[in-house]
Amino acid sequence: MSPSSREVYRDAVLDLLPRDDRLVCLDSDTGLFDAAKFPERYVNLGIAEHTLMGAAAGLAKSGRIPLVNTMAAFASSRANEAVKIDIALNNLPVRIAGTHSGVSAGHLGPTHHALEDLAVMRALPNMTVVVPADGPQTGTLFRQSLGVNGPVYLRLGRNATPEIPDAPPVRLGLAQVLRDGADVTLAACGPYPVIAALDAADLLEQEGVRASVLNVHTVKPLDVATIAAHARRSGVVVTVEEHWRNAGFGSAVAESLAEITPSLVLRVAMPDAFVPVAGGQRYLAERGGVTAASVAARARAALGRDPR
Amino acid sequence: MTTTIGAPQDLGTAAGTAARIREHIVNLCASPEGGHLGGSMSLAEILATLYTRVLRVDPSRPGAVERDILLLSKGHGGLALYAALTEAGFFPATRLNEYAQPGSEFMAHPHAEIPGVEMPSGSLGHGLALAVGFGLGFRLDGADRRCFVVMGDGELQEGSVWEAASVAAAQRLDSVVAIVDRNRLQITGGTETIDALEPLADRWSAFGWSVREVDGHSVEELEAALTEPPVPGRPTVVIARTVKGKGIPFVEDQPRSHYAKLGERQHAKALAALRRGAVS
Repeated sequence: MSPSSREVYRDAVLDLLPRDDRLVCLDSDTGLFDAAKFPERYVNLGIAEHTLMGAAAGLAKSGRIPLVNTMAAFASSRANEAVKIDIALNNLPVRIAGTHSGVSAGHLGPTHHALEDLAVMRALPNMTVVVPADGPQTGTLFRQSLGVNGPVYLRLGRNATPEIPDAPPVRLGLAQVLRDGADVTLAACGPYPVIAALDAADLLEQEGVRASVLNVHTVKPLDVATIAAHARRSGVVVTVEEHWRNAGFGSAVAESLAEITPSLVLRVAMPDAFVPVAGGQRYLAERGGVTAASVAARARAALGRDPR
Repeated sequence: MTTTIGAPQDLGTAAGTAARIREHIVNLCASPEGGHLGGSMSLAEILATLYTRVLRVDPSRPGAVERDILLLSKGHGGLALYAALTEAGFFPATRLNEYAQPGSEFMAHPHAEIPGVEMPSGSLGHGLALAVGFGLGFRLDGADRRCFVVMGDGELQEGSVWEAASVAAAQRLDSVVAIVDRNRLQITGGTETIDALEPLADRWSAFGWSVREVDGHSVEELEAALTEPPVPGRPTVVIARTVKGKGIPFVEDQPRSHYAKLGERQHAKALAALRRGAVS
């Protein structure tokens, strides 16, 4: 397992803060940061997410790069108007770290799950939306995100997730090609979706189906060129995400491809329902159908093959 | 590039500037789309005093790093802000003719593309949170700057105002000054019948703010309240008692004045009232 993306993010902030005085860490009583480790440029504003986002905008307008820390659900839904009007409308360089994304809050329940955040954040003009697939990628993508001119939403998880094996270097804005195969394209977003896609590719390979696996860690701007190149070759794309099936990553892929190349896009995502039970992230994602088996089944169905 | 912004510019008396602001507002409300009349007229002395006597800003360098910040949190006072900005020299008065024209950046609620507008506003309850960020920034910079936030009294019904008020006090942001345009009216009636704000001064005090109450149409009282140094470690709120629609007898203190499209006769009548010096 790799460390959780929120812990990697925290450590990267701790590392960067003393070396770049533009950075200011704004917290909302999350407990992720030990204030004693920040002699300066760390401010805990308390449980006040609207104020957190508004203050980040004011601070950014004063020449700083605020690193805002809250849970994904509160960043995207509770504080959304401040994100929209104060941050996105002004195109300010705020980095919003939303932890506990997807169902990574597990047993904390539906109030703490964030299955709408990609839909909400990718709808906002000027916003860059980044979903690291494991701990090491989180550190790299966060560092790269500091060069983005405008706001960035980082979708982070609560707990350790598997490390993505044999991954080439990750670059913000470019889909990471993990496997290259001509028969079907598996485009995944987030830790367990990428694992599910890789495992599905293994299952399909045993059946003679060669799959491309793309880790699409940057949802906005979407690397349409890479996805379309694979889609043109295979004609079939299966998207995988830990997000409600409406308006999330798969929708972004379908919208983009529909305009440029004829291809069948099938979405593996969390069903259009709240998740009413306890369980860990992997359990809840699999309960929602985000599994290697579903991905492989969708691919087979699209290719007109029966499972062996 | 470190020209220091000194004392506020002399634009004639604050009262004279307020009178010209009112005239601009009335003219803008006679344009085809009309505009937010009542809550703009109540702001005339507040904005005139800020731009002539208080704010350290430089119209030739709207983004100067050492400037004071003014946020019009009650974005529906946009016409008053445009009028004050043109009087302060941020753009020529002829640009006001662009207001509400198709393709114009001069919308009913202020847009940050307009010189002198720091942040867009319109949805209520955002300004004070922004001010928390500016105050934190000033502190980190060790800068002697202030952030003024002009709010409507009806706006104080938004919960986000009190969330930010609490945070500003907790962070001891004495560079933040809120000004409440206390005209006691909102779109459908009196603030006290819809969602009472009183005892308003006590509410701010309870949130840890230093409270000053003034006649919001007295430039002398406003200047005194806005230039007096803050209580160390406490943000300041100035509750400015005003009259919605101030200066036009036939709309004063009427909720209906919130948005108006003045016809030709009303326009002439309003201008005549202003020129008679209806405002003390």
